[in-house]
Amino acid sequence: MRLSLKVNGKVRSVDVHPSTPLLYVLRNNLGLNGPKFGCGLAQCGACTVILNGRAVRSCVVPAERAASREITTLEGLGSSDRPGPLQQAFIDEQAAQCGYCINGMIMTAKAFLDAKPDPTEREIKHALNGNLCRCGSHLRIVRAVRRAARIGPTKKPSS
Amino acid sequence: MKRRTFLQASTALTISFSLWGTRTFMNSSPKDGDTDGSPQPSSLDSWLAVSADGLITVYTSKVDLGTGVLTALSQIMAEELDVSVHRIRMITGDTDRTIDQSQTSGSRTLHKAGPQLRQASAAARQELVRRASLQLHVPAHSLTVEDGVISSPTSGSVSYWQLIGDRHFDLSITASGSGADLNVAPDVPVKNPKEYRIVGKSVPRVDLPAKFSGEFVYSHDVRVEGMLHGRVVRPNDVLSEPQFVDEKSIADIPDIVAVVRKGGLVGVVAKTEWSAIQAAAQLKIIWTQAATTVPASPDALYYYLANAANFAEQVVADKTAHASDLTHPLNRKTLEATYQWPFQMHGMIGPSCAVADVHNDRARIWTGSQGTHRTRKAVADLLGFAERNVQIIYAEGSGCYGRLCPDDVAEDAAVLSRAVGRPVRVQWMREDEHVWEPKGSAQWIHVEASLDENQKVERWALTDHYFPYTAGVDTRLLASRQIGMPQTGQGNLGHGFAYGKAGGGDLYAFPNQHIVSPAVPWIQNDLTPLRTCNLRAPGTIARTFASECFMDELANIAKMDPLEYRLSLPMNDERTRETLMAAAERAQWKSRLLRSDPNNTPSAKGRGVASANRDGTVVTAIAEIQVDTRSGAISVQRVTIAQDCGMIANPDGVRNQIEGNVLQGVSRTMFEEVEFDGRSIKNSTWASYKTLRFEDIPEVDIVLIDRPELGFLGVGEAAIIPVPAAIANALFDAIQVRLRTVPLTAARVKAAVIRQNSAKP
Repeated sequence: MRLSLKVNGKVRSVDVHPSTPLLYVLRNNLGLNGPKFGCGLAQCGACTVILNGRAVRSCVVPAERAASREITTLEGLGSSDRPGPLQQAFIDEQAAQCGYCINGMIMTAKAFLDAKPDPTEREIKHALNGNLCRCGSHLRIVRAVRRAARIGPTKKPSS
Repeated sequence: MKRRTFLQASTALTISFSLWGTRTFMNSSPKDGDTDGSPQPSSLDSWLAVSADGLITVYTSKVDLGTGVLTALSQIMAEELDVSVHRIRMITGDTDRTIDQSQTSGSRTLHKAGPQLRQASAAARQELVRRASLQLHVPAHSLTVEDGVISSPTSGSVSYWQLIGDRHFDLSITASGSGADLNVAPDVPVKNPKEYRIVGKSVPRVDLPAKFSGEFVYSHDVRVEGMLHGRVVRPNDVLSEPQFVDEKSIADIPDIVAVVRKGGLVGVVAKTEWSAIQAAAQLKIIWTQAATTVPASPDALYYYLANAANFAEQVVADKTAHASDLTHPLNRKTLEATYQWPFQMHGMIGPSCAVADVHNDRARIWTGSQGTHRTRKAVADLLGFAERNVQIIYAEGSGCYGRLCPDDVAEDAAVLSRAVGRPVRVQWMREDEHVWEPKGSAQWIHVEASLDENQKVERWALTDHYFPYTAGVDTRLLASRQIGMPQTGQGNLGHGFAYGKAGGGDLYAFPNQHIVSPAVPWIQNDLTPLRTCNLRAPGTIARTFASECFMDELANIAKMDPLEYRLSLPMNDERTRETLMAAAERAQWKSRLLRSDPNNTPSAKGRGVASANRDGTVVTAIAEIQVDTRSGAISVQRVTIAQDCGMIANPDGVRNQIEGNVLQGVSRTMFEEVEFDGRSIKNSTWASYKTLRFEDIPEVDIVLIDRPELGFLGVGEAAIIPVPAAIANALFDAIQVRLRTVPLTAARVKAAVIRQNSAKP
């Protein structure tokens, strides 16, 4: 079945079974590798994308439910050449080791900061508490989100 | 070795590592004609190549497991070559193109491969300067090099890329030994560390910008032309075999290509990933009833470990003033205690993933293995191919912290690809990873000490019962076991690999010391979710938990502050004392005895200290905690680390590693234990295996002690080692409760508090 998805500001048409979780459509049909498969159970956060301003776990969202909504993935925040402010804050704090969980950290933080631009450290930790990291990069991730919060609300890079 | 051909197009899509992020490009170089297809270490061209556009490509079997070690290796090579670190790019872990420098593990990458790559770089620089001297007609010693441009004060300049760009050195260098012990060009002089300009700087990680934008290509992101998606279906119970596979049970799922069955291995292949996932979940299989050998519970397991009598005993450290001193001195006060460490998971966030392309008698596989040469051997054996016909290409996976299933999944993908004659990508599901990853072994450790009349330790004896590796070291991988390949070896039973004495009390120079680590027989060849393999700081973390907690128990007997007690002891390496003092100063440790009546407050604070030596890297941890005495919940508030890891290649990289070590250490100490019930393990998702979350993290304060004269030691798994003992010692300091079994859960603390209160008059 053909579905029309609005991803990172562009309308994309895909031919998928409508119950396919959004994660596999973004990765395999649209080649967006930012969102990662971690558990398929909405437990770890590695697959997080932003749907109409809210951070959601794309491994459990059927693609048809994402149709006609605004989908933002990690790629929509910027590139390695032109990183967005939150991505730049992660670079400045060197906030990762293996980086597999980082998509979820950045996307969760992005939706959180958009809603609450000047959070306390405790609020940042609470917002990220559902995202798992095995390398122990938590301290740097919190520092990066704090840094981005100080700079101001996260915005899309000018393209 | 035959020539490495530049920019010769072939069909392989490979992944290069560079400052500009990961790029895909066309592979150069088909087989070079050596017996096993690997490049020769005695050819400089095997190590590096200079291209006309000013890039230097380095070939190394060492891989980045997400720790940033390639950034540090790039710094070492750039330093020796006198080029900007931005010019270095790396081809890593490609069995066709990289020399086998042994797998990436054990905090040994900078320590062992650092000097190999440094010497190869120095040999390249020497040769380039020699050629420049001929071209410019000036003596070599009059030339200087600045970012690859060789200049004479009088006769102009020429660059590396002009001299040799896109051409081979065709130069032999001396090389002896093999693997991690390869001794490369030892005769070539290298820079004095005092002149270092790049090594020792916090160069930003070269891989991170692409990881923060979705451009980085992990093994999970490798896609090749015509690729299908596969999943394997493994039993829930140990030793189960598929009796009947009902292919009709997935008839309603679209895009199925095949149900593959080979021996006891069952898999599905589909055109889409979602169809493969649904089919694997829905496929009806009747499994045989398992005749299990898994213990009924963790307690049963500890009983087995403690009472095992039939093992190949290894006396790994034995120092006695007099032989008779090893026996119990009857007139001496003897103390003893037993400590227990559970089975724990590696818990990779991204489950194992590989892409295999098998056709005719050749295989090409992309996976995140710690040691691609080792994976090649396993896959070649399984497929019945010559090793030279199997190419394993490293693509970074999720941080693994030990040998893990990127090896196993490579076999899965190879079997499915061969069955359907197309490239197949297999990613394990979360349940596959949690249940079937090889686990870090449980350990049972007994310590005893005899004190002389001055309460000084006269005799120290530590016995560590552990399971040898039954995954990855001389044993078959999972698919091979299921298919029924004949067993090759006996694991490392009796070989002592990675276990040994470290952490068994060897920091201290007691007059009589006996440390013994006997390997207890364990399920070697069967299909079991309790396979064992190295998990970060294998063996050492548990032995240090035992020995450094026991040191605290001795301090308490001696009525001394635990830090002062340690400082009063004779030590085998005075650097340990230095880290103790540095950590104490930073943490503002004030000498005192135990609090008198700590249980009066609902929230008690405590601090604890512990030290470790990991192959020369010395580290002390001080943990500060708060205990809710009603619930038993411990909150770790701050961990101070003082670490001496010799020469520091990249200070921020070292700090990043230390922070990660501490947080993972807190997680393993506070939360982590694999549970089982005789049939299967009970932690199949994150909901049933808790790890550290953001609201649990302590502050981490770090003191780095730089000792350039010692060269590079290791940082990957040092700072985690003293963390468990420091926390358990802080618990004792807070409420005088001694927990000797990890994890230190609230339930265990609460039970101990109740026992203690009921024992009071």
